[in-house]
Amino acid sequence: MPNSDAVLETDALTIRFGGLVAVRDFSVRIPRGSIVGLIGPNGAGKTTCFNMVTGFYKPTEGKILFNGQDITGWLPHKVCSAGIARTFQNIRLFHTASVIQNVMVGARVRQGTTWWHALLNLPSFWKEESELREKALFLLDAVGLKKLADEESGGLPYGAQRRLELARALATDPTFLLLDEPAAGMNPNETQELMGFVKDIRTRFNLTILLIEHDMRVVMGICEHIWVLDYGVTIAEGRPEEIRSNQKVIEAYLGEEYVRDA
Amino acid sequence: MDPKYKRNYAFNGIAVLLLVGALFWSRGNLDGYKIQIMNLIAVNIILALSLNLIYGFTGLFSLGHAGFMAIGAYTCSLLILPATYKQTMFLLQAPMWPFSVMHAPFFVAVIIAGLAAAFFGFLIGLPVLRLGGDYLGIATLGFAEIIRVLANNMPRVTNGALGLKGIPSYSNLWWNYGWCLLTLYVMVRLVRSNFGNALKAIRDDEVAARAMGINTFRYRLTSFTIGAFFAGVGGALLASLLTTIDPRMFIFTLTFNVLMIVVTGGLGSITGTILAGIVITVLLEWLRFVENPITFAGMTVPGVPGMRMVVFSLALLFIILFRHQGIMGRREFSWDWLFGLFRKRREA
Amino acid sequence: MSLAMFVQHLLNGLTLGSLYALIAIGYTMVYGILRLINFAHGEIFMLGAYFVFWGVTLFRLPWFIAVIGAIVVTSFAGIIVDRVAYKPLRNAPRISALISAIGVSFFLQNFAIVVFSAIPREVQRPAWLVKVIIVGKVRILPLTLVVPALSFVLMMGLLYVVYKTKPGLGMRAISRDIETSRLMGVPVNRIIALTFGMGSALAAASGIMWALRYPQLQPVMGVIPGFKAFIAAVFGGIGSIQGAVIGGLILGLMEIMIVAFMPSLAGFRDAFAFILLIIILLIMPTGLMGEKLEDKV
Repeated sequence: MPNSDAVLETDALTIRFGGLVAVRDFSVRIPRGSIVGLIGPNGAGKTTCFNMVTGFYKPTEGKILFNGQDITGWLPHKVCSAGIARTFQNIRLFHTASVIQNVMVGARVRQGTTWWHALLNLPSFWKEESELREKALFLLDAVGLKKLADEESGGLPYGAQRRLELARALATDPTFLLLDEPAAGMNPNETQELMGFVKDIRTRFNLTILLIEHDMRVVMGICEHIWVLDYGVTIAEGRPEEIRSNQKVIEAYLGEEYVRDA
Repeated sequence: MDPKYKRNYAFNGIAVLLLVGALFWSRGNLDGYKIQIMNLIAVNIILALSLNLIYGFTGLFSLGHAGFMAIGAYTCSLLILPATYKQTMFLLQAPMWPFSVMHAPFFVAVIIAGLAAAFFGFLIGLPVLRLGGDYLGIATLGFAEIIRVLANNMPRVTNGALGLKGIPSYSNLWWNYGWCLLTLYVMVRLVRSNFGNALKAIRDDEVAARAMGINTFRYRLTSFTIGAFFAGVGGALLASLLTTIDPRMFIFTLTFNVLMIVVTGGLGSITGTILAGIVITVLLEWLRFVENPITFAGMTVPGVPGMRMVVFSLALLFIILFRHQGIMGRREFSWDWLFGLFRKRREA
Repeated sequence: MSLAMFVQHLLNGLTLGSLYALIAIGYTMVYGILRLINFAHGEIFMLGAYFVFWGVTLFRLPWFIAVIGAIVVTSFAGIIVDRVAYKPLRNAPRISALISAIGVSFFLQNFAIVVFSAIPREVQRPAWLVKVIIVGKVRILPLTLVVPALSFVLMMGLLYVVYKTKPGLGMRAISRDIETSRLMGVPVNRIIALTFGMGSALAAASGIMWALRYPQLQPVMGVIPGFKAFIAAVFGGIGSIQGAVIGGLILGLMEIMIVAFMPSLAGFRDAFAFILLIIILLIMPTGLMGEKLEDKV
């Protein structure tokens, strides 16, 4: 009987590239509705875990359960249509498309009509297309980009691009959202705003959120549970205050500087 | 409905009427050679639009157009050639059933030609579209070459190296421009729909598109197959226009000409493709003069064979080196843009 | 098929294969460094052949001098092609450079038609190369021994340069990572020019020997050998010089043998290579000796 209150469960995920073990025995259980974090030094294998969960990498061993369903080895587009959306560490927008087109592509996965409906000029096609447009505008409004809807996305400032990526991910109607360093490159003000925003979308869209983040204020501020990776191995997990005081974590990742600040 | 839409529909209608008027006028007032050029313009636009869908909008660098055109041209020709005529033309070996007896009216033949090309596009796309970038280009080029070798070596279907002659010339301004408008309609509908957005997304960033739930392979295959369909249609119209086809016609140069139009017009610009289709077709015809002897003031300058393609390839190099976005880049001419321009003028 | 016939086919296959191999090396080196399919490489091959016979017939040069001169001139032509048509596009999308290469290919072909005319030309071959020797029951054209031998020497020379000299080290460094090499002080532009020069020299040598083997010159003579050599490079694993050599030899042998054993397929000869290409790309895209390239997410 699958555990109904866990959105995502991974069981001993391991992936090898050639001889190198990038991630070993990664096991997490993420409760529905929570915001949780995955931290670790650069190259610890965090993004690799994301890539396994979202289907970009096939784990060498282990299982991924999403809402109790085994999704191990599914292709990325199937994972997405099952309800898992993600953002990327190095923003990956459709840079020649306009802002609203980016979001509409996100919504495409829930669209019933397709190209031959468009060719036949069917009313059902036009109806759905304008509904998608409305939905996209609504999401753009939520991230504060509604005014820029027709701009080319490649020309947006950095912070706006990050928010657009979020809106695009939300457009796929996910129940589980993976954010890869959402605060990277943001100033303290923007970071503060982002924290509020992440909490806000969790309740508004009924989401469970897993995020990778280097900014400890964000991680400690909004995550309810944290896993720490180092060299592909989970060295600690727990509530923020437990992680904060965990000796192993301090050694491996936070370093002297953080200890001094605390 | 948005008044803007109403206005645009009205202007589209007017544009089509103007085109019809122009065609009527040219039938009465232009000589056969000029009409032939106008026909070639329409066919080239069809071919270039289909390549632009594949390469410009979906980002699949395909060099297989000559292959699809050959399939379309042979299919259509075999369908519209009378059965008795086929028996006498196939000198090497008698034509094989069902190619010996099949027959269809021109419109149906063109559609079947397109479907045949689309079928082959689907078949070849199934394996090769997993490849990216330049490898895809080479694989599709290989496909086109294989088709050509097959055409050369299947005398019971294609009449081998002798080719098909005396193909009924049903193809005329009405058919060609009719198909051209239909192609244009299909392209605009596709590209402007959310399906088109997804194609462009795959072109921009395939990884992100997959993460957004786009089954990129299926989209690529769909786009490639639709493109192949219209390449087949273009080949069919061309066969009926030229009334003679043989395997040598479908060498890589044919693909190169179409690629040239797409690159010149701008990858991912429909109106750019139309503009470039006109310019390049006229240019290619005009350049024939370079290869013919010119008599000027009693002196005869001998023509230089090969000069036409020298100029042509230099033009392509010039564009790719100095203006690689082509005439239009990714921009489109639109009524909104035109009226926006007028408004600005008035305000200024 | 008698053994004697088989040996003859084997020699023919080796000859054709080593000619493919020499061209394939140029493709693979340029691809290894710039990730560019140098579409104009087949035309470089064609130019090499024309230059030599120009030297011999027009300037009455001795064979030896004409060959050396043609190789030098052709390698400069290769370098110029890179400077003019590829170098400005180093930072453009990769397909732009490929389209530029296609443009150069068409330009050179038609330029050759303008200058040399499209009419095929007979090649006067030195008599000793085509005087049949009979060993036992095997009839041997000296050419079919000279071509593989000479190709072997050239390939060894190339491997020496790539693996034992400083510029060769630079080439290998650039093929790993062009930007880092630049930062480490590798004279990137000079090495790239050297790569084009060497690749073009080998293509010229191949073109000259091709014209001796199949004694006819035509402006489009480089197209099909060019495609096939590229396929050989992919087969061997693009980026790998040894792979290009092996791929070229296998392709040449295969072509000759298929036609020898199944004469009814002779008309499909040019399709084999392309069918092979599509099969390789599907089941073994890295070829025999290539390294795996992965998409980074």
